[in-house]
Amino acid sequence: MSKIRVVHYINQFYAQIGGEEKADIKPELREGVVGPGTAFQAAFGDEAEIVATVICGDSYFSENTKVAQPEIIEMVKSCKPDLFIAGPAFNAGRYGLACATISNAVKEELGIPVLTGMYEENPGADMFKDKIYIVATKNSAAGMRDAVKKMAPLALKLAKGEAIGASAEEGYIPNGVRKNFFEKKRGSERAVEMLLAKLAGKPFVTEYPMPAFDRVAPNPAVKDLAHATVALVTSGGIVPKGNPDHIESSSASKYGEYSIEGVQELTSEGWETAHGGYDPVYANENPNRVLPVDVMRDLEKEGKIGKLYPYFYTTVGNGTAVKNAVGFASEFAQKLKKDQVDAVVLTST
Amino acid sequence: MKLTVGYIDIHDIQFSNESKVENGVLYVNPEDIKALASEDENFASVSVDIARPGESVRITPVKDVIEPRVKVEGPGGVFPGVISKVDTVGSGKTHVLRGSAVVTAGPIVGFQEGIIDMSGEGAKYTPFSKTNNLVIVCETKDGLEKHVREESIRMLGLKAAAFLGELGRNVTPDEEKVYETLTTKEGMEKYPNLPRVGYVQMLQSQGLMHDTYVYGVDAKKTLSTIINPTEVMDGAIVSGNCVSACDKNTTYHHQNNPVIHDLFEQHGKTLNFCAMLITNENVYLADKQRSSDWTAKMCKFLSLDGIVLTQEGFGNPDTDLIMNCKKIEEQGVKTVIVTDEYAGRDGTSQSLADADVRADAVVTGGNANEVITLPKLDKVIGTLAYVDQIAGGFENNTQEDGSIVVELQAITGATNEMGFNCLSAR
Repeated sequence: MSKIRVVHYINQFYAQIGGEEKADIKPELREGVVGPGTAFQAAFGDEAEIVATVICGDSYFSENTKVAQPEIIEMVKSCKPDLFIAGPAFNAGRYGLACATISNAVKEELGIPVLTGMYEENPGADMFKDKIYIVATKNSAAGMRDAVKKMAPLALKLAKGEAIGASAEEGYIPNGVRKNFFEKKRGSERAVEMLLAKLAGKPFVTEYPMPAFDRVAPNPAVKDLAHATVALVTSGGIVPKGNPDHIESSSASKYGEYSIEGVQELTSEGWETAHGGYDPVYANENPNRVLPVDVMRDLEKEGKIGKLYPYFYTTVGNGTAVKNAVGFASEFAQKLKKDQVDAVVLTST
Repeated sequence: MKLTVGYIDIHDIQFSNESKVENGVLYVNPEDIKALASEDENFASVSVDIARPGESVRITPVKDVIEPRVKVEGPGGVFPGVISKVDTVGSGKTHVLRGSAVVTAGPIVGFQEGIIDMSGEGAKYTPFSKTNNLVIVCETKDGLEKHVREESIRMLGLKAAAFLGELGRNVTPDEEKVYETLTTKEGMEKYPNLPRVGYVQMLQSQGLMHDTYVYGVDAKKTLSTIINPTEVMDGAIVSGNCVSACDKNTTYHHQNNPVIHDLFEQHGKTLNFCAMLITNENVYLADKQRSSDWTAKMCKFLSLDGIVLTQEGFGNPDTDLIMNCKKIEEQGVKTVIVTDEYAGRDGTSQSLADADVRADAVVTGGNANEVITLPKLDKVIGTLAYVDQIAGGFENNTQEDGSIVVELQAITGATNEMGFNCLSAR
C-alpha cells in the first residue's frame, strides 16, 4: 500500500514566522513538514507522509475567512492528500477556530478525513466538535507530545477508514454521538470510586453529562457604566420593516445585524417584529417595548451610560434550537468583544 | 448481621444418573429437574440441556438466570417467602455453586425475553456466556394466561436452583468470604471518620410482568424500605421480570449484586457501608412521588453522606431515577446514579427520558440501541422463532448466512444497571 498523503495546517507562530505581529500573513503552501509536523511525521512512521504544510496567520484567517478558506482549500486540493490535519491549537482561540473551520471545510469540500486537536474550552472545539473529530489536548504547547501521541493514531485510523471507538478510548472531545466500549473496571466499581471522589470534593467525570443545562454565570457588574458602551441584543424578533433578511418566524436559522446609528427611537413605520410566537400587536405598535432604543438614548443623554452601540443583533427565539442560538451568539459575541462593548442588554419577548 | 459465603467453584456441568457435586463438576440427573416440573400441572413439556462457555450455542428466549445456593448455617433458607419459609435470612453460612447457573427459557411474552450466546460476538456482552448453564426449556399448556405461565416458569427456575444448591451443602468451599453489616450505632462508633455510604436499589415494579419480589411480596405493593445486603445474597429479592433483556436484573444479578460487593470491598477502608435501601418503580405518579419521598427521607434519617443509586429498566423508570436522585441530593446526601442509555442506533439522541442538573455523577452501562451482528451458531437451545420480535430485534433481521442483527437490548444482561459489566458509552 502506498503511503497516506497528509497535508498539515499550522499558524504563523508554529511555522516560526512570528507571533501576534505576524498574525496577518496570508496563506502559504510549503512542501513537506514544518514545525510540529516533524513530531507527527515521526509518529506516522512509514504509514503516512506529510507532503505539504499550509501556513496562515490567525488574524488573517479570522478576519478574511471568506477569502482565506477557498484559497487554502485550493492549496490542499493541489496536493491530492488522503488526510488533512490541523494544529494542535491548544488554548489559542483564533488558531483553534481556524483549525476547526478549515478542517470542516476540507472535509465538506474535498471529502477526505480530517483531524484537529485543541483544549476542550477552546471556542473552536465547542463550535465544531459535533462536525469533525477534535482531539482533546492540554491548554498549552507544553502538551504537544501528548497531543501528537493521541492525534497521530486516530488520524491514521480515519485515513484507513477504520471503525472509530468511543471518545474515551480514542481521545477526541465527545461529539454528541454515544458509542459503546468496554471499560477496564465494572460499572459498580466505577460508581463507588465516583462517589468517593464526590464525597471528598475531588474532581470526577460523569459518564453521561445531563443534556441541556447550559447555565452561564453572570459576569460581575459593570464598574463604570457612565463610560461603558452598551449594546442591545434580542430574541424578540425586532427587524427593519419588511424583514429584509427573512428571519424565520419560528425555528430561526439566522440572526440580523442592523444599524441604529442616529436612531432616537424605533417607530412603527420603520420597525416590526418577525416573531411568530407571541401577539405582535404591541411590539409592532411600539417596537421599543421589545428593543428599548428610546430608553437607552435617554440614559445616554443623562450620562448614565457612555454610549449605545450603533448596531443591534436580533433573532427569533420561537422554536429555535438551542444549538442554533448558541451558534448565533458565539458569532456576534466576537464582534461585540472586538468593538469593546462593555455590556449587553438582552431582551426576549 | 454477619454472613459467611462459601464459594464452591464449578468448572463443568454433566448429565449423570445421580445429581451431585464432585471435584468441581456439577452432575445433574435431568429426571430430577423434570420431577420438580411435574409438581406444577401447567407444564406441557420440560426439557433440560447444558450450555458451557465457548460452545457454539445460543439460548433463547431466556426468562431468568439463577445461581444455585444453599443455607448451611443460620436461620431460614434460600429465596425466603418464595421457596423457603419467610424467616429472615442473611446470617450464618451459605454455600454457592460459583460458575454455574440455572437458565429458564421458553416463550412467555415472546418479545420480552432475551438471548444468551455462549460464543461469538454476543458472548462478549452477556455475563452468562461465562457460566456453566443448566438450561430448562419450558413449554406451558395452551390457553394459559401469560402471567400464569410467567409464575410457573419463575417458580420452576427457583426450585431447580435450590435443588442444585442443596447438592453443595456438604462440599468444602474453595473460598470463603465474610460480609458483615453493623448496626447504625456500632458503625458510627467503629468508623467515626469514614463517610456514611448507602446503596439505594430501584426494583422494577411496573406490573404486567415487570415485577420483582422481596421475601415473596410483590415490590409494587411495598413502601421503600431497608434490607441487609446479606439478605439479598440469600435470595431475598427474586426477579419476576419479562422486560427488555439487556437491563432487567435477573435473580442471579440480585444474588451477586455488584454494588453490594464493591461497597463491602471498601467498607472500613474508605467508607462505612451503612445501609441498603430498596424502592420500587411503579407507573403512577403518586406512587413515584411517595416512593422517592420515602427514600430521600430515609437517607436523611440514616445520616448518610452519599449513596449509589441503581435503576432497572428504562423510559418510565427514568423519571423514578431522576426523582430519587434529585430528592436525595436535596437532603444533602450526595449521589452517583447507575443507568444505561437509549441513544438511538446512531447514538445521537438524548439518552434518558428525564434529566436533572443534580444528576451530575452518572455511570452508564452503555447504549442499548447499538446494533450488533450475532453469527450463526451450531446449536439453538429453545427456539429462534422470536428473534425478530424480541425487544432489540426487528423484521427480517436474520440474514442469509444465518447471522442475526439485533440491538444490544436483546442480549440478557448486556447493559445491566447495577454496574455488573464493563460495558459503557461516551
